[in-house]
Amino acid sequence: MAMLEIKDIEVYYGVIQAIKGISFEVNEGEVIALIGANGAGKTTILHTITGLLSPKKGTVIFEGKDITKVPAHKIVSLGMAHVPEGRRVFAELTVYQNLRMGAYTRKDKAEIEQTLEMVYKRFPRLEERKNQLAGTLSGGEQQMLAMGRALMSHPKIIVMDEPSMGLSPILVNEIFDIIQEVSAGGTTVLLVEQNAKKALSIADRAYVLETGKIVLDGDAKELMNDDSIKKAYLGE
Amino acid sequence: MSFISYLVNGISLGSVYAIIALGYTMVYGIAKMLNFAHGDVIMIGAYVVLTAMASAGVSPVVAVLLAVVFCTVLGMLIERVAYKPLRNAASPLAVLITAIGVSYLLQNVALLVFGANTKSFTSVVPIPPLVLAGGNLTISGETIMTIGACIVIMVGLTLFIQKSKAGQAMRAVSEDKGAAQLMGINVNGTIALTFAIGSALAAIAGVLLCSAYPTLTPYTGAMPGIKAFVAAVFGGIGSIPGAMIGGILLGVIEIFGKAYISSQMADAIVFGVLIVVLLVKPAGILGKNIQEKV
Repeated sequence: MAMLEIKDIEVYYGVIQAIKGISFEVNEGEVIALIGANGAGKTTILHTITGLLSPKKGTVIFEGKDITKVPAHKIVSLGMAHVPEGRRVFAELTVYQNLRMGAYTRKDKAEIEQTLEMVYKRFPRLEERKNQLAGTLSGGEQQMLAMGRALMSHPKIIVMDEPSMGLSPILVNEIFDIIQEVSAGGTTVLLVEQNAKKALSIADRAYVLETGKIVLDGDAKELMNDDSIKKAYLGE
Repeated sequence: MSFISYLVNGISLGSVYAIIALGYTMVYGIAKMLNFAHGDVIMIGAYVVLTAMASAGVSPVVAVLLAVVFCTVLGMLIERVAYKPLRNAASPLAVLITAIGVSYLLQNVALLVFGANTKSFTSVVPIPPLVLAGGNLTISGETIMTIGACIVIMVGLTLFIQKSKAGQAMRAVSEDKGAAQLMGINVNGTIALTFAIGSALAAIAGVLLCSAYPTLTPYTGAMPGIKAFVAAVFGGIGSIPGAMIGGILLGVIEIFGKAYISSQMADAIVFGVLIVVLLVKPAGILGKNIQEKV
């Protein structure tokens, strides 16, 4: 059974249909990429999964449980963390406070400390800057903070929205390395990216979105060699 | 000596404005709305104390506690019934107009229940006046109590926001509701808590105000409410220390205006200050110019 199952979801903004019946699944331990152009509906799908939006039709099933109607603030304690588009760190809080926010729903202090150490180990720059306000960090550091904050909830699956957006090529590589490390650490990853080349290079499987529909899916390495994908998304 | 006496009175009046302004500024900071009914909650709080003491004969301490509980529930009820359904309304004006409507509703309910006659409020402050400088300077018990309460509330609130988990959640919600939800924070619950705290403070402000100026009508809360709003904007709306500074400055300006310029003109001076501040520093003394970071 898939860890996360999306079944025939349809999402509207007012009268405009953003998602026109999408189904896909994420298995435990996988890295899944959703790729597509601006406006294809990638962010909308993630928001629907984590409860920030509710679909007009269809269901979202996580570990066998229907979470379609579960409000956003109850999702994280089920084991799903969302790194939102544009990082959305709390600029007025310090790096440390932001990380603590990530563990908001967790009770066990010793376990939280353990996760914090793990996050600091993975992102040494966050530890260096733990008392600095998050708003003063660079874009790359903010992305690391957003990822670290999500990891603080000790998720089974981490959903990431455009983690490479607005970052320099070196930082993009660094962020993708970290995503691979997170995956290697046993966390399932659902990744939305416009940088299709990078996303496909680390993903196991991928789904290609066009204006609210999945037009192609399959093994990431195979998709990378698909002619239509090459033309449309890889710029070759 | 009269200068010091005016100053102390100004700080005392300003402390009341500051306590009310805290409610305005917290609600604005977290729910991003102006709760114009906030001033009228003060008046309701004062009526609860008056009724409890005069009719039910309870002790002042119990009466004040009753008022705090009553206003807390009232504030949460107003938020739930009148404001929450409009939280995602297309225009932010909808909730603003509703708040003005709630303000008139509270005033008219009070009119219906307690009548239009001015009631004389008995001070609940048991502290004797402090006589200083060989009898040249008298500081009333109400003044001491008001300033003391203001300091305690300010310190308590700051600690709560900085240290407690619920306070941290408030700061997160204030910055980004969506991201706060992704952390597992119940945004509706946090907004309700903010209204509860603001309204509890309004009840305390009502008791302090009516103890110092012992008359009570259904319109008693309106003017201090507006002035506290001015104080919140003056200090930088959304900022807790800003509300404190704005409130106290406003109180001092009002009393000095009354004492040295004209008692009729005092309110004009207060609102004139708001206009000048908004022209010179639109975000207020401690307010931030909000810039979108890309």
